[in-house]
Amino acid sequence: MPAAESFRDPELARALVGRIRALAGRLGRPTAFMEVCGTHTVAIARSGLEGLLPEGLRLVSGPGCPVCVTPQGEIERAVAAAALPGVALVTFGDMLRVPARGGSLETARSAGGDVRMAYSPREALEMARAEPGRQFIFVGVGFETTIPAFAATVLEARGSGVGNFSVLPGFRLVPPALAAVLASGPALDGFILPGHVSAILGTEPYEVIPASGRAAVVAGFEPLDLLLGVEMLLAQLAEGRPRVEIAYRRAVRPEGNPQARRLTELVFEPADAVWRGIGTLPASGLAFRSEFRDFDAAARFGLPTPEVPEPDGCRCGEVLTGHVTPRDCPLFGNVCTPEDPVGPCMVSSEGCCAARYRYGPEGASAGRSGR
Amino acid sequence: MSVQGSIRLAHGAGARLTADLIREVFAPAFGNEHTARAEDAAEVRLAGTRLAFSTDAHVVRPLFFAGGDIGKLAVCGTVNDLAMKGARPRYLSLGFVIAEGFAIAELRRIAESIGAAAREADVEVAAGDTKVVERGAADGLFITAAGIGEIPEGRDLSPARLAAGDALVVSAPVAEHGLAVLDAREKLGLGPAFRSDCAPLGSLVEAAFASGAEIHALRDPTRGGLATVCLEFAGLSGRRLVLRERDLPVRPAVASAAALLGLDPLYVACEGVCLAAVAGRDAGKLVAALRAHPLGVQAGIVGRVEEGPAGAEIETAAGGRRRLAWLEGEPLPRIC
Amino acid sequence: MCLAVPGKISAIEGRNGTVDYGGGLTRKAALDLVPDAVVGDYVLVHAGYAITRIDQDEAEETLKLIREMGHPDAGG
Repeated sequence: MPAAESFRDPELARALVGRIRALAGRLGRPTAFMEVCGTHTVAIARSGLEGLLPEGLRLVSGPGCPVCVTPQGEIERAVAAAALPGVALVTFGDMLRVPARGGSLETARSAGGDVRMAYSPREALEMARAEPGRQFIFVGVGFETTIPAFAATVLEARGSGVGNFSVLPGFRLVPPALAAVLASGPALDGFILPGHVSAILGTEPYEVIPASGRAAVVAGFEPLDLLLGVEMLLAQLAEGRPRVEIAYRRAVRPEGNPQARRLTELVFEPADAVWRGIGTLPASGLAFRSEFRDFDAAARFGLPTPEVPEPDGCRCGEVLTGHVTPRDCPLFGNVCTPEDPVGPCMVSSEGCCAARYRYGPEGASAGRSGR
Repeated sequence: MSVQGSIRLAHGAGARLTADLIREVFAPAFGNEHTARAEDAAEVRLAGTRLAFSTDAHVVRPLFFAGGDIGKLAVCGTVNDLAMKGARPRYLSLGFVIAEGFAIAELRRIAESIGAAAREADVEVAAGDTKVVERGAADGLFITAAGIGEIPEGRDLSPARLAAGDALVVSAPVAEHGLAVLDAREKLGLGPAFRSDCAPLGSLVEAAFASGAEIHALRDPTRGGLATVCLEFAGLSGRRLVLRERDLPVRPAVASAAALLGLDPLYVACEGVCLAAVAGRDAGKLVAALRAHPLGVQAGIVGRVEEGPAGAEIETAAGGRRRLAWLEGEPLPRIC
Repeated sequence: MCLAVPGKISAIEGRNGTVDYGGGLTRKAALDLVPDAVVGDYVLVHAGYAITRIDQDEAEETLKLIREMGHPDAGG
């Protein structure tokens, strides 16, 4: 198989950049594409791709960072869970430093809470098996890519009768967020769609995008994958034929991964969910089905989710829906930094403001469209 | 004043908040040029002799990890800070803060490790102090180490000497120590391919100088990794440091693990690596000398120094460029 | 939103695969989501689960397509 390095080849990157410039020239107008996925945001920034793109072609970050869109109340609920006696709270490293009123999970750990980091929900299940006298709660965050892992772990826990494992559900679904972005009427010509979410979902949920007259391409995460995605978006616009295409064919099939979706549907059902910075979106989250309610840590331990008001002056909602860039926010880079984040886009390393702050071309005070 | 409220973990991460703390709390109170310079080791003169003087507090968790332990780390960390000033490390003093209840067997193991590392580094542990605190007041064991070494005449290392046209040379693959410690602390189960590179670098530095290359500055990329050292060099020299991603030595297993854990190897700690800024014409000479040393067999040129504006950036494998930024807190594994 | 890393399945035991990520790094990954995977397949692993198989022919095809873009006369 071609190694990942093949998809970083500078010669081929130049070839693609040449095509992109030619297509952009042919279009002869400024274009803006939204990369929905936070991992794309980081991949674009880390590979320095923006400097290669032509003037007038803007990439805008979308709502696809699960840590960022997790409301503060859910973080506080997790911090409260970590303080329960006899409980070990297990989390992905991503969530450990996200601040809420009263501190983060990391500060809860410093204060003596049993907070453990894991790479997979399965590791938490193994911990639960090894310490049957302790309750293990996993902080369940993630989109369609991550959710099947939780579904499979819950099914395994039930199948093997593990009674001391549960999940605090904080999952979010991408298509409802995309619908919210589209409904807000942003000045976007197309979408770079999330490669790994799409590996699960397939392309069917994205048909609403061309229906709105915008281009849509599912892209991978290596530099060539992303450049190919941009090239295909421009080609759709040049042809005047927006549609859903896949630039990441080695990993994404049009039908997605039906087995992963089946497991998810066995365990979870759609529920309304609050997106930090955006608000409540109908059927954009997941709740445990009644027959799996035992695995819902919020129900098992009676953990409420406090409502936390959005901070004053923060424009994350507009950033997440592609209406403004991080630089347009008055808090960006001075009041709001990765060390002291105010809004959701700054709390995670893959948040668009944090990525902008860290990798931006002209330093912490510069915005993405500054070139 | 940006330093207010109470101390957070990020104040000790060796990045921007640490620098703020030194600038706003320590330097004004101590009122001398050395503190203001905020270097890992200071050059002082005593009775006409040029000495390098350094101190380092060690709080690593867990105390034991593949390839080392807190004792070996205390010796190597301090010796390396001296060596990066061009000094020949001579004497160490060690302070132990031990919690009541700590196992003597573990302490013995750590002491033996200190002895072995000191012999390897050719330094003497000349003074020490032991304090025991109540259970809970300290988490097991902390070690502070101070060291002095002689700086031979003719050696003048300072990031301020960085000049456009200098080459940046790295002595060994990066990110080994940080991953080994993370693996031990978070029980990631990465396996035997992951060991700390913790090693005393004094003899490697001697080999570098013996090559006759015009070396302008040395630094060991510990906490914060290679990116942080480049940013420090940029800040102290006013120059622009440009790394080439394709030339960075990263062991394939480390690259795979970093990808898996969502970590950037540029920001992961090393304990047996040095970054040298060397006059461009002498880069080949320096690399050859380093490669002849057991700790430098994979040494290579990884970048260059350009005129300002001050900053650090990397030419990515795909042909893009990106700015390197200060780290916020120690990097954590992530799935997003 | 989702880092996933490619690796090659070097062994399968029940629903568990051993995945080789290169450079001597192997880790267990659950194969519940890719029930058809066999030893020798490349998969993308996310949060301890293989989420999809990587189609090697498609990978080659994509690279070929990009190479042809560098030589517009050759089609593409």
